Amino acid sequence: MITLGKALNHGLRRALEDDPKVVIMGEDVGKLGGVFRITDGLQKDFGENRVIDTPLAEAGIVGTAVGLAIRGFRPVCEIQFDGFVFPAYNQIVAQVAKMHYRSKGKLRLPITIRIPYGGGIGAVEHHSESPEAYFAHTPGLKVVTCSNPVDAYTMIQQAIASDDPVIFFEPKRRYWEKGEVDLDAPLSGAFPLHSARVVRPGGDATLLAYGPMVRVALDAASAAAEDGRELEVIDVRSLSPIDYPVIFESVRRTGRAVVVHEAPGNVGLGAEIAARITEECFYSLEAPVLRVTGYDIPYPAARIEEEYLPDLDRVLDAVDRSFGW
Amino acid sequence: MDQHGAADGFVQLLNPEGDHVDSVTGPDGVTYAVDFTDDEYRGLYQDMVTVRRLDAEGVALQRQGELGLWASLLGQEAAQVGSGRALQPQDMAFPTYREHGVLYCRGIDPIMPFGLFRGVDQGGWDPNEFKFNQYTIVIGSQTLHATGYAMGVTMEGRTGSDDGEAVIAYFGDGASSQGEVNEAFVWSGVFNAPVVFFCQNNQYAISAAAERQTRVPLFRRAGGYGFPGIRVDGNDVLASYAVTRAALDHARHGQGPKLIEAYTYRMGAHTSSDDPTRYRMAGEVEAWKAKDPISRLKAFLVKQRIAGDDFFAQVEDDARKAALDLRERVLAMPDRQPVELFDHVYPTGSPELDAQRRWFTGYHASFDSTDG
Repeated sequence: MITLGKALNHGLRRALEDDPKVVIMGEDVGKLGGVFRITDGLQKDFGENRVIDTPLAEAGIVGTAVGLAIRGFRPVCEIQFDGFVFPAYNQIVAQVAKMHYRSKGKLRLPITIRIPYGGGIGAVEHHSESPEAYFAHTPGLKVVTCSNPVDAYTMIQQAIASDDPVIFFEPKRRYWEKGEVDLDAPLSGAFPLHSARVVRPGGDATLLAYGPMVRVALDAASAAAEDGRELEVIDVRSLSPIDYPVIFESVRRTGRAVVVHEAPGNVGLGAEIAARITEECFYSLEAPVLRVTGYDIPYPAARIEEEYLPDLDRVLDAVDRSFGW
Repeated sequence: MDQHGAADGFVQLLNPEGDHVDSVTGPDGVTYAVDFTDDEYRGLYQDMVTVRRLDAEGVALQRQGELGLWASLLGQEAAQVGSGRALQPQDMAFPTYREHGVLYCRGIDPIMPFGLFRGVDQGGWDPNEFKFNQYTIVIGSQTLHATGYAMGVTMEGRTGSDDGEAVIAYFGDGASSQGEVNEAFVWSGVFNAPVVFFCQNNQYAISAAAERQTRVPLFRRAGGYGFPGIRVDGNDVLASYAVTRAALDHARHGQGPKLIEAYTYRMGAHTSSDDPTRYRMAGEVEAWKAKDPISRLKAFLVKQRIAGDDFFAQVEDDARKAALDLRERVLAMPDRQPVELFDHVYPTGSPELDAQRRWFTGYHASFDSTDG
C-alpha cells in the first residue's frame, strides 16, 4: 500500500528513468523534495540537471520550460500551490497552449505542469483553490486530475510521455490516501489518460466527480445504497478533453446526473458538463442536471472551509432533489 | 556621438559622418573592433539597404490592404544587421515581431513572417529548422524562452569552446519593464545561461518614451542581476556587430549572459496602426535622421573608396527587385481552407475537436448542396 503522493513520486521517478530528456523543475523540488515531498529523493538520484531547484518565479518556471521544450527537453514543472499559478498564467495560456498551433504543428511542447489543488487541509489563503476551469477553457492545453494512487502513478507518466502540454492537477488533500499500486505495470496498455472511468456502477442516478471529490461521491453512493438507491459514480479524470461518451452512456441509463466539484459553480466544469448532457441526453433525462459545487466566493478561511466544500450531505441533498423532480 | 550615450559609455566604431575608429575599449574593459574585408563591408551595406527596402514593401503592402499589420524596423537596420551577422550558424535567436532584419541575416526567405502579417497564418515555421524562434507578440515573453533554451544548451554540454552554442534574445525598451524579462535576467544569471539579451532601445514603446520605463540606462540593470551590461550605438552596424560578437563568444565559452542595449531610434510608427505624430515632435525625428545607420556606412565606404556609384546603384536595383519579388509572392500567398481552423491544436488530437471539425465540415457542405 502506498499513498497517492508516493505513487506520484514513483511515477516521476520512472519517467526520469525512461527518458533522459525529462527534467523536473520547480520551487523546492530538489533538496527538500517539494513542500509535499512529491519529488522526494529524485534530485539525489538524478542530479541537479534533471531535478532543478528554481528561483522563486512561476512565470520563470513555465517560461524557461518552454525554451527547454523547444530545445527538445520534456519538462515537468511543479507549481507549489494552486493559488500560485497565476504569475505563470500568461506563459501557460499565451505561449504553452498556442505554440503548436502558431507553428502549424511544426513545434511540440511536451510540458507537464503539476499543480496541487483544492481545499480541506486547513491552509491559509491561496493554498486551497480549484483553478481547473481557467485551463480547461484554453484550447491547446489538456487538463487531467487523478483521484487515487493507481491513477496518480499511471497518469503522471502518461502526461509526461504525451506530446501535448498537460496541466496535471493533484488533489492535495488526498495525497495521504493509500492504495495498492503495481509499480511494474507497463505504461502501454494502461487505462487511457483522457478517458473517464466508472468507479462504482449503479442504475438509479449518475454522480460525476473528479480529483478530491471522487472520494466524496463514492461515500455518498455508499450512503445512498443503504437507502436503496444505486448511484453510478464516474471519475471524470480528464477535464480537457472530457470523455463524454462514457458520461452520456451512463446518463441515458440512469436519467439523472449530479456533477460535483470544489471550484465555484459559476462558469465551472459542472456548467459545461450539464450543458452537454442536456444537449445530448435530453430525452433520457428525468430531472435537470444538478450541480454541487463551491459557492461563488473567494476560497474562505480555513476554519469555515467545511461550509464551502461539497460534502456527502450536500451531494445526497442534490440526489434527493433530482429524484424529487 | 550621442550625448546621452556618451555619458554612459556608448560603444561606437563608426560615427554619423562615416569616420571609423579601429577599436574602442568599452567601460566594461573589453576592446571592441571589427576586422572586415572590403567585401564584408559592402555586404553589410547591402544587407541594410535590402532589409530597409523589404521593410518599405511591408509598409506599402499594408497601406494597400494586402497586410493586416506591419511592424516596421525603419531606423533599426544597423542594430539588426550588426547583431544578426554576429550570429554563428549554431546560435539560436528569439525575436520579437520586428526582427525582420535578423531573420534576413539568418539566411531565411524574407517572406516567412509575411503570413503572420497578412493573416494567412500565425507564423507557422519551425524554430529549430531556422535557428530562429517564431515571432513573439506578447511583450518580453520570449526572453524566458531564450533563457530556458540556453539552460538546455548548458545541460547538454554545448558551451565551453569556439564552436559552442549561444542564444540571443531580442526585446525592447518597453519590454524591459515586464516582470518576465526581469525573471529572465534572474534565471540567466543564476544558471549562468549562455544567452545574450539584445535590447533595441528604440526610444518608444508605442507612445511611451523610454523615460517612462526606467530611471537608469537600461544596460546598467544587468549589474543588479550579476552579469555585464554594455551600451552600443545601435545605429552603428560595426559596433553592433562587434559588441554582439563579443557577447555571443562570451556566452558560447560558458561565461554566462550579457545585456546589450543597442541605442537606436524607431524612425517609423510602432506599427501600421500607430500615429507617432501624436506623441513626438518632427524635430526629434529629423535629429535622428542625421544619425541614419545606412548613410553613415555609405559615407564610410565612399571615404575609404571601398565602393562607388556603380556598387550603390547595383545594390538599390537588387533591393528593388527583391522587394518586387517579395510583393508578388505575398500577393500569391494562398488563403487557407476553412476546415484548417481545427488543425494543429494538439499534437495528439482531441475527440472533441474531431467532432467539431466533422460538424463544421457538414455545415459547410450544406451550403454546397443548396448551390447544387
